[in-house]
Amino acid sequence: MNFDMGQYGAYIWPAYAISALALGGLSVWTVAAWRRAKARLAALEKPRAEKPRRETNT
Amino acid sequence: MNWLFKYANPHNFMRLSNVVLPVAAIATVLCLVAGLYFSFSVPPDYQQGTTITLLFIHVPADLVAMAAYVVIAVCSLLSLVWRHPLSDTAARAAAPLGAVFTVLGLITGALWGKPMWGTYWVWDARLTSFLLLLFLYLGYMALWNAIEDEVRAGRAAAILAMISVVNIPIIKFSVDWWSTLHQGETIMAGKLAPVYLPPFLLMMAGYMLLFLTLWMMRIRTAIVERRARNLMVSA
Repeated sequence: MNFDMGQYGAYIWPAYAISALALGGLSVWTVAAWRRAKARLAALEKPRAEKPRRETNT
Repeated sequence: MNWLFKYANPHNFMRLSNVVLPVAAIATVLCLVAGLYFSFSVPPDYQQGTTITLLFIHVPADLVAMAAYVVIAVCSLLSLVWRHPLSDTAARAAAPLGAVFTVLGLITGALWGKPMWGTYWVWDARLTSFLLLLFLYLGYMALWNAIEDEVRAGRAAAILAMISVVNIPIIKFSVDWWSTLHQGETIMAGKLAPVYLPPFLLMMAGYMLLFLTLWMMRIRTAIVERRARNLMVSA
């Protein structure tokens, strides 16, 4: 592998850094939203599970 | 079309994505790691020097950005014509992802333009139509948020997406129809030196798979959120 980008490093590295940050951030944000939604549903379903089970329509 | 109808059902989608999502996530990481390895193992281009490495993140970002808009338009069509319960959700879930890839395409393009053209930005047909794509994403998301009733919001957004998807072929063919500073079709025209194909194809697959993974996860999130909302209402 060769990381010597010569005179163009000043353009190439920021482009890679911004891409990595944006896609990494997007992934973290997406996973966090999924976990939050799942936790919220679980919290809502919990008191229900103790009562006699009833079908939900979704 | 039957297979599509089957997985348009939220319950079936959850079951399917439960299996597909981890596979897609692992494949994403493998493609990106291998892609990055090859990206920094190629010789400099005879014209563009080391900036050829920008190709491997610039073109995939652009193509995913455009593909995501087509995905939104197709889901919108399914929503308007067949009223699939999941197609509005799927269309809406793709929009912020597409917008991020569009921004990345613009930024990496600007950082490639400066050393090669001497300018970060020029109002040529390719760059302008691609900037328009970003505004279309923002407009699409704003429309969803502007109308409170989800069914009406979904319908308005679907109509917007289906009309504005015409910008995608305009972006694609802008380099043929107008004289642009941006270079013309290179990869599909077979003008890319074969040595650059492995990193390009791996990064392309990695970007596409990343979009697919995050898109499925966002659809799942929306389904779970809806279930929670329904529970709140029925409680």
